[in-house]
Amino acid sequence: MKKKLKDIAHGRSGDKGDAANVGIIAYNEEGYQIIEKYLTAEVVKKHFEGICFGKVERYELPNLKALNFLLHNTLGGGGTVSLKLDAQGKTLAAALLRMEIEV
Amino acid sequence: MKEKIRIASGQGFWGDLIDAPYNQVANGDIDYLVMDYLAEVTMSILQKQKNKNPELGYARDIPELMKRILPICKEKNIKVITNGGGVNPISCAKAVLGVAKSIGINELKIGVLLGDDIREKIDLIIDSGCNLNDMETGEPIQSVKDKLLSANVYFGAFPIVDALDAGADIVITGRTTDTGLTLAPMIHEFDWAKDNFDLMAAGTVAGHILECGAQATGGNFLGDWESIDNFASIGFPIAEAYPNGEVIITKHESLGGKVSIETVSEQLLYEIGNPKMYITPDCIADFTSIQLEEVGKDRVKVFGVKGEPDTPSYKVSCSYSSGYSAVSTLTYSWPQALTKAKAVDKILRQRLENLNLQFDEIRTEFVGYNACHGPLAADIDEDLINEIVVRFAVRSKDYNSIERFGKEIAPLILTGPPSVTGFAGGRPKPSEVVAYWPALLPKNLVQPYIEIMEMKS
Repeated sequence: MKKKLKDIAHGRSGDKGDAANVGIIAYNEEGYQIIEKYLTAEVVKKHFEGICFGKVERYELPNLKALNFLLHNTLGGGGTVSLKLDAQGKTLAAALLRMEIEV
Repeated sequence: MKEKIRIASGQGFWGDLIDAPYNQVANGDIDYLVMDYLAEVTMSILQKQKNKNPELGYARDIPELMKRILPICKEKNIKVITNGGGVNPISCAKAVLGVAKSIGINELKIGVLLGDDIREKIDLIIDSGCNLNDMETGEPIQSVKDKLLSANVYFGAFPIVDALDAGADIVITGRTTDTGLTLAPMIHEFDWAKDNFDLMAAGTVAGHILECGAQATGGNFLGDWESIDNFASIGFPIAEAYPNGEVIITKHESLGGKVSIETVSEQLLYEIGNPKMYITPDCIADFTSIQLEEVGKDRVKVFGVKGEPDTPSYKVSCSYSSGYSAVSTLTYSWPQALTKAKAVDKILRQRLENLNLQFDEIRTEFVGYNACHGPLAADIDEDLINEIVVRFAVRSKDYNSIERFGKEIAPLILTGPPSVTGFAGGRPKPSEVVAYWPALLPKNLVQPYIEIMEMKS
């Protein structure tokens, strides 16, 4: 069965230098079980192909039903160096929520 | 000791809602108003202003704001803490004393925190064995030393505590951590011990929730954003802090927005790295220990926070000049809007190449199609695309190349694909690229200090 990440989670993203941080928060425990199991660093790295050019680190925050991803080499140099419209990665949480997960 | 204190966020960055601090002091009871004005690039902007005029270099909104809120703060005994002093906290304090006098206030004590500006001390620091290596690349600062625009240490809560202990009504700082602004009044009021790292972490977490203003109360909320009440009059967050380290995040009832586990969680995840190691000058907070509970309408209790001892270093934020950039846009309408936008991109790149200009990067984005999500953007039947904004951005060490790029945009209207509009405001001007250099500095190499400026009746 396919689940849209958007239907089970929300989140927020921002910048840390040239890396973007993407926090994904499940709406409930069941949702957290799903993202904890399926939303691996590898899956996220593949999803952001052509956007993230570095490694992806994953951190777990079960207390907030959340995962935090650090996407390295993603923001075109970061800060005022970046020429990207979204130089701070503000829309990348929404970009991750586009994903469909096979459960 | 007070049973609780209420600390209100009044500003999430320089340029945030002008009326937010006023609304925080006017619409209900608070004890402290904390305002964060400094983003990483802000310091370099302020330094440039100070270079032109030695009386400037602070957030210039502050004196005007103080004129509005000081009478209320005096009446309600609300203390104000802000890092809007930028690279010139003394001049900021002078300006505040000036406006206070002009509205008939005759007693005011301002604590000014100094010592964070290390631009003039870089050589001394290098001589003492610290190379201020870039935290990301490991490169020593020597290579950009001559291009530095600003260099500031992030101080924590304790220098602000000293100012509050000295009886300051207002504390104006240079570069301090955003979280320190909120933690400081808790330490001051509740006499928290410096080595009680769970309490330091509890106040730090509250500071992280407050530091981006309304981002904790429904602003930029990616959950059910349409359920947020009254965005137009959105209330900024308030931390109701207790001596045992428990904090309730709330907002004024009469203002809009929402405080829920979901809105607070989103802010907790904003711009963090390893959640077990949220490092500040005051402690290392463990975000995986944070517990949240809804304890009323628009009231979320934050508790259980664990902390570890602080590290031996301060973070330093330097900025340096790194060339020039310019941005320009054109808008193409149906039919074939995207095809036309892609064609004009090819034409412009060919012309820039023919001119032999030097660019570090030329970036083209198709706003309305894939500028935000790149390859993840869904394919659309081109006949359904009503219009596309094509956005060109260039960066170069060579000023003349950037300036010439600016002259190549308008001609595309009469010399390229049809149904194009939206070139207004003249040729784009080159703007200086300010790059950022994060480093660490041993704490013993720099000393924060407080200067008290006051007027007495």
